Amino acid sequence: MVYGFIFFMIHRRKVVTTKSTDKLWLSGNEALALGAYEAGVKVASGYPGTPSTEIMENLSKYDGVYTEWAPNEKVGLEVALGASFVGVRALATMKHVGMNVAADPLFTSAYTGIRGGLVIINADDPEMHSSQNEQDNRNYAFAAKLPMLEPCDPPEAKEFLKTAYWLSEGYDTPVIVRTTTRIAHVKGQVAPGEKTGSSVKPEIVKDAAKFVMLPANARNRRKFVTERMKKLADFAETFPENRIEWGDGTRGFITSGISYLYVKEAFPEASVLKLGMVWPLPEKMIRSFAEQVDELFIVEELDPFLELHIKAMGIRCHGKDLIPAEGELNPAIVKKAITGEESSRFAPVALPPRPPNMCPGCPHRGLFYALSKQKVFVAGDIGCYTLGFLPPLSAMDSCVCMGAGVSAVHGMAKALDEEGMGKAVAVIGDSTFAHSGITGLLNIVYNDSYSTVIILDNRITAMTGQQPNPGSGTNIKGEPAHILNFEELCRAIGVKNVVTFNPHQITEARKILKEEISRPEPSVVISRAPCVLIPSEKKRVKVPYRTTRENCTGCMACLGLGCPAIHWVPVTPEEAVKLGFKEKQKGHSEISVELCNGCGQCAELCKFDAIGREEEK
Amino acid sequence: MTEQGNILFCGVGGQGILLASEVTAYSLLAAGMEVRKSEVHGMAQRGGSVTAHLRYGGKVFSPLISPGEADIVVAFEMLEAVRYLPYMHSSSKVIVNTHKIYPPAVATGKMAYPENVLGELTSRDLHVKELNAFDIASGVGEVRAVNIVMVGVLSTYLPVDEQVYVDVMHERIPERFRDVNIRAFQEGRKAAAA
Repeated sequence: MVYGFIFFMIHRRKVVTTKSTDKLWLSGNEALALGAYEAGVKVASGYPGTPSTEIMENLSKYDGVYTEWAPNEKVGLEVALGASFVGVRALATMKHVGMNVAADPLFTSAYTGIRGGLVIINADDPEMHSSQNEQDNRNYAFAAKLPMLEPCDPPEAKEFLKTAYWLSEGYDTPVIVRTTTRIAHVKGQVAPGEKTGSSVKPEIVKDAAKFVMLPANARNRRKFVTERMKKLADFAETFPENRIEWGDGTRGFITSGISYLYVKEAFPEASVLKLGMVWPLPEKMIRSFAEQVDELFIVEELDPFLELHIKAMGIRCHGKDLIPAEGELNPAIVKKAITGEESSRFAPVALPPRPPNMCPGCPHRGLFYALSKQKVFVAGDIGCYTLGFLPPLSAMDSCVCMGAGVSAVHGMAKALDEEGMGKAVAVIGDSTFAHSGITGLLNIVYNDSYSTVIILDNRITAMTGQQPNPGSGTNIKGEPAHILNFEELCRAIGVKNVVTFNPHQITEARKILKEEISRPEPSVVISRAPCVLIPSEKKRVKVPYRTTRENCTGCMACLGLGCPAIHWVPVTPEEAVKLGFKEKQKGHSEISVELCNGCGQCAELCKFDAIGREEEK
Repeated sequence: MTEQGNILFCGVGGQGILLASEVTAYSLLAAGMEVRKSEVHGMAQRGGSVTAHLRYGGKVFSPLISPGEADIVVAFEMLEAVRYLPYMHSSSKVIVNTHKIYPPAVATGKMAYPENVLGELTSRDLHVKELNAFDIASGVGEVRAVNIVMVGVLSTYLPVDEQVYVDVMHERIPERFRDVNIRAFQEGRKAAAA
């Protein structure tokens, strides 16, 4: 949107120290990037995903670190693993659902272990601010048998990342550092530190017993994993970041991450065992703490992870019997859950909701408008375009995970056979297609269904803040890169019908969609126009459209786009007459010129010449 | 004036709320205060309802302001001011930009923009400072400087000298946008006094 540009400029500048101290004012993600730099990370790979994206973005600004946007999180982790195998410190970053994609290498990397330190930063999103679920990825540490550190604020984020590399190399293990939205996007003051490094020598080392995970070797490594986790559990007992802060009350709290700060705020006098390492757990320390408090409370967001494992030790405690398992916590929620005290507050007032929306001039809007006229089931996917679900477009009928739409539409075709022909399509963004859509399309062709896949190619990974992807033509540093040719790729997979159109031209889009959806064989439609937030698009001078009020009949056709730059102005019958409208006309449309990006979709829909550009009038 | 407090910024994604909270944070830091701030990125920034929580002074643990504990609410849009009513307490100060941005249901004619919506605040005896920051920003020649107009108003409620903000903007805002933003800041301060 128009107002964002100054913000953008500031955030592109190098980090500057705050005047009052020698500390830096950093978000958790910026602190993690600094931590990676100070830890001497040489290779870092990730896929953008809120709330993890800014880690890699910021790390890419440091010298001496190779950074990249991988097509997906599995590739990213495997890249980092390869770098670790040859002895350099490596980093993979991802959001919580990205770890599902990366789970395959994750679980077996727990067996191979590492050579150069390997850390995976995983960002969970309690409350689902920008996610499709709120899974608790602490469970991955338990399931994959890997240590996990959890910082509570930006300074800890930086320090814990450095500690993670030390642990990784000390115990021959990948280490997961888990953050949540309120660590990643919280800003605080962080002291820069010494640059450290690894004593591991970068070189090719052949070590089949360690790196070749076929059954005979894996069974040996499985034993090693058990021993390693025992050693790490011993380490947890003396790890200074697992610490008891004795207070004066009878209540004792065991907590970690952001929940620790909520506990401190709600119960500043209470005794707290703060766990910096949430897996494996320091059983002796927990047992001793539990014995010395009258009542033990486990305060954690999402799953009863600590609670389950503490109860499994045979320790009585409160946890999810009091603390909500859904959404984020805050100090007031923690206080109320434990004491029943509700802070006095005003009740909410019913107001028109304000959900997010696609930007004015967004190419996806034209595509979804055209698609909404086809009366088909739209198997959707993850990205800005998921907002096509919202009224008035209401043009998405499912959204599960990256790539699911492409695979699911094939499943629908196979389930319904001829009955389903022409009744369902998949939509997927360019970045999402590169992430997880290609294999689904391959399946459509190989297993021969009539499915239609629409690639919404806006040349960028938009939702997370305009990161380049394999189709963009630039890499993470903005340097020129190979541009993936979607048309050639789809044809190479075996799709015979590949059509490309400009979604701003809605009439043409409708015609092509109708043809392709009814086709009794696989087809790909590429809806291509750049995201309005790409810097080059933001710079382009756009001529806004304006409404000619006297021509508007109040038909509301333009409002069907749901563009934030167009709004309805209701009028009374008297006002209608005064404005020269028919008495029964209930209002007219108006374009907010300062918001309009000049895409012209509304002008194409207007049959009454009530929308045009200045120079055309 | 107070040495510690909780400021809730709220408005519509794209209005420059995060920058406003950044300039404020840097100014409080420059004045030697402890500051913690929480934002939400990603989907929420696409024209949806957006907040930034800023806490300064004293011993700050939680980066989030709990409901009922915002001392100052800086609302970039009227509906959003009222939406965050549960975060206010009886002596909260609310700075409101009266420029309307229609939510989708209003823009498409399905719902009406509530009339006299700020009555929800004044009827609860909250201190409400109204101004049209959009008009003021247009007046200085840059409609995108709405956020800095709002910082100008906010600055009169905070224990930090005017010059500190100006210095921060000199340091942080690229030269070609600097003068217009400093003018917007000063017009905001004037509007606060009016």
